[in-house]
Amino acid sequence: MTGSLLAAITALFFPGIILRVKSIASGRKGPGIMQPWRNILVQLQKGSVISTTTSYVFRLAPVIYLSTILCAILLLPFPGTPSFFGFEGDFVLFAYLLALGKFLFILGALDTGSSFEGMGANREALYSMLAEPAFFILFGTLALLTGHTSMQQIFDSFQFAGHSSFILGFIAVYLLVQIAMIENSRMPVDDPKTHLELTMIHEVMILDHSGFDLALVNIGTALKFAMYGLLITNFLVPANPGRIIAGGENLLTSHELPVITGSSPSWMVLVQVGVFFMIQVLFASLIGLMESFRARKKLARNPQFIVTLSSIALVAFILVLLITYKMIS
Amino acid sequence: MENLFILIPVVLSFFILVMPTGTRYYYTLSVTVLTIVLTALPAAQVLMNPGSIPILFHLPGPSGSVTFTIDNLSAFFVLVTNFTVLTGLLYAKGYLLSYRRTKTPAQFALHYFSYVWLHFSMLCVLMVHDGTVFLVCWELMAVSSFMLILFEAEKRTTLKTAVNYLVQMHIGLVLLVIAFLVVEAGTGQFGFDGLTAYFSGHPNAPVFLLFFAGFAVKAGFIPFHTWLPEAHPAAPSHVSGVMSGVMIKMGIFGIVRVLTYVQSDAYLIGIIIMITASLTGLYGIIMSVIQSDLKRLLAYSTIENVGIIGMGIGLGAMGMGLHQPALVLLGFGGGLMHVLNHSLFKSLLFYGAGSVYKTTHTRNIAQLGGLIHRMPRTAGLFLFGSVAICALPPLNGFISEILIYYGLFTGLHSASVFQSLSMLMVILALALIGGLAVFGFSKAFGLTFLGTTRSKIHFEENAVTPGMLFPKLLIAMVILLIGLAPVLFLSPLLVMIGDQFHVSPQPFMAPLFQALSKISLVGIILLLLTAALLALRSLVVKPATTVYGPTWGCGYTAATPRIQYTPDSYAGNFTELANPLLHTRTEYRPIAEEDIFPAKRSFIIRTADIFGTATRKILDFLMLALKKIARLQTGNIQHYVLYAFVFMLIIFVLLYLKIL
Repeated sequence: MTGSLLAAITALFFPGIILRVKSIASGRKGPGIMQPWRNILVQLQKGSVISTTTSYVFRLAPVIYLSTILCAILLLPFPGTPSFFGFEGDFVLFAYLLALGKFLFILGALDTGSSFEGMGANREALYSMLAEPAFFILFGTLALLTGHTSMQQIFDSFQFAGHSSFILGFIAVYLLVQIAMIENSRMPVDDPKTHLELTMIHEVMILDHSGFDLALVNIGTALKFAMYGLLITNFLVPANPGRIIAGGENLLTSHELPVITGSSPSWMVLVQVGVFFMIQVLFASLIGLMESFRARKKLARNPQFIVTLSSIALVAFILVLLITYKMIS
Repeated sequence: MENLFILIPVVLSFFILVMPTGTRYYYTLSVTVLTIVLTALPAAQVLMNPGSIPILFHLPGPSGSVTFTIDNLSAFFVLVTNFTVLTGLLYAKGYLLSYRRTKTPAQFALHYFSYVWLHFSMLCVLMVHDGTVFLVCWELMAVSSFMLILFEAEKRTTLKTAVNYLVQMHIGLVLLVIAFLVVEAGTGQFGFDGLTAYFSGHPNAPVFLLFFAGFAVKAGFIPFHTWLPEAHPAAPSHVSGVMSGVMIKMGIFGIVRVLTYVQSDAYLIGIIIMITASLTGLYGIIMSVIQSDLKRLLAYSTIENVGIIGMGIGLGAMGMGLHQPALVLLGFGGGLMHVLNHSLFKSLLFYGAGSVYKTTHTRNIAQLGGLIHRMPRTAGLFLFGSVAICALPPLNGFISEILIYYGLFTGLHSASVFQSLSMLMVILALALIGGLAVFGFSKAFGLTFLGTTRSKIHFEENAVTPGMLFPKLLIAMVILLIGLAPVLFLSPLLVMIGDQFHVSPQPFMAPLFQALSKISLVGIILLLLTAALLALRSLVVKPATTVYGPTWGCGYTAATPRIQYTPDSYAGNFTELANPLLHTRTEYRPIAEEDIFPAKRSFIIRTADIFGTATRKILDFLMLALKKIARLQTGNIQHYVLYAFVFMLIIFVLLYLKIL
């Protein structure tokens, strides 16, 4: 719950920071940090123009899109605090919740009957299909390393996996940043600033959304960024500095596992929250910088790029197999 | 306890043939309901009270009496079968209404009669252990479903498909007969009961694989699936729903039934099933994505779902070999749960596709579109089924897939690198299947129901009766119930699996159900959030400030329905990626320079099932070889006498040399 609330707070300034960094990098002063949210407030109050071709699916789509992202954020733990919604295999639910949102979002775009939106919908469907395996292999790797299948426990014991956790942490953060960029339709695969509908993905799918519906989509996108930031934080911030590991057992799989006892000093939470905010700011600036100094890929090259992520994750998996002495002994 | 009441519906079923037209449907319905009551009650009783096995009745047979019993494994399948058969019959009333103009009462009578007998034969397959009776029922099942497919026999393709179906079913039957004969040769018992003795003294894998191949033809595992994408579209939609929903599950039942007897080699068997199932799942969904015939798309998705079920069963078998109860429970639990789930959402989708076909007289998605404005309730139910079949929360498909995921992640921790890697590969396959299902069903629903109609279609008014919506609503309610309260369904299922495979489910149920209750909680929160946001939307969005206009055409104002994305263009970027597997061919002639006034031209995309092509190649070769042999067939009586003489001579020589 702590993490979800913090993520919601950081979502308030996340898109603003990206915009600001991009403006500064291109030599402009740029709008205030809160400008994207001021836009959302305006959109919320505005009337909307709705296509006569659309049906109830079009109105339902942004609503479900936002609520799946909210539910997905609820599932994420914050380093060191027990997560209320966590359970064995919660990352599967996390991925499938996002897929549900995307499914409805794609249908919302198809509902307008526009060939441009059909294009965007179809690209979105293909790219998210290709990105899904990378996420699952990554968590399969973590499950193999730590012996746990719930995100809270994976992150709790991740730091105790020895030096390998540094390498693995690096790979995981790299993958998650890239997955976040794909899922949010940002730079290497899509450019939010593009002006040609033929090459758009996300922007073309919301061509016909206006007013309240558009606001919901934009809130969802801001939250999605913060959500991935929280996920990345979990890899970088130790959950239990100064706590002790004792033996234990995973109830479902009946495997011997390290279990953490004792508690960190209470001021440690403040440090963790501080680091979390720093990571979010860094993440947002990184996105801004990447978008300023990097060109997007050709559309035809995107699938190749996305599949590369799965192969990197696969390399990490083999690495963990090696580390756990299974291949050597 | 013997219960001879069960024979009453069998006797009553023959009167369907002589019933007057007005009452025939209701008579059929009452016979079916009576059958369901008589079998579902003992089945439910078995599942609720573990340990009791009611004997329904004995039939006098050639070698002692044949017992019809419902043990807990068959009880589960009996309940699944009964539900879908009932919804199918409820749906059939409205669906068959328009055929009254073209079909004779006798054809209707035969159709209903075959339907009831398909139901009987499936129930009998589930209840007998004796080999002969089992095979007879298996055959009855094939024949009655053959009759059902033939309902529109005036179409040439239907006839061809139905015959193809019948032939393939018999290939499966032959494999099963051989398997039973091998068992009989080893133990003297022809039937499942002989398996215990056989498996304790012989290697398990070869005979199991014989059974697996035989049952795989029915279930639709590759490479035995080629009948499925032909037969499902050809059959009337309620029949497709029942065939895809439950009849192919008889193959799954057979595989699980034989697995309960397996004593060694289980690990190897599990690996084989797992590999076949993963390939089946991937192949099914890849083919499904590129189809533009709505029912064909659903048929290929059936193959995909059989793959997912197979993954669970393979995992369970591996667990048997490794003596890991967690794998056994999660694998078989996930697989069998998916049997139930698939029977629900697939029948729902087939009934939806049937309603589309009845309204528009076409199944080609490229001609459809915008149907949501004409049939909003059918569209809503189809959307619901699509979400369920993509295994998205909070509906039932997610429950069975997460059980399989649990099993796979549990299996990751193993002493062997091979196992860890293969588990990861299956996780990868399942994740890909999930993504592709979203791709395929966003196409199926989005292009059929959303946008505007792509061609001039003569819409049949009021083709969808409320009676056709009711069974779908019923299914949708069960789907939601499983999604939000999976424990209700899973706890008897796990007890059953524990009993069949001799593991104790108790230690695993508490942590598993705790996780599932969290999933239900998140599902409920999701629904509440959606409802709250919708309420907020209706408060904020005022009709006064809402303007309606045409879709924004990006500056182009002469947009027509024809410029919308079509199924082939939607799948286009995927087809490009998967083309090495698909062999898609496009047929079109580019406009030449000297064509000043280009004439009307066509553009055709064809994708053949590579397994179908391979089978055809083998058949062509056989035909050629047989034609050469056919030269012996001279029609001359003297020659035939000579053949007989030569044959006897060979036999004589062989006997003399003591080879025979």
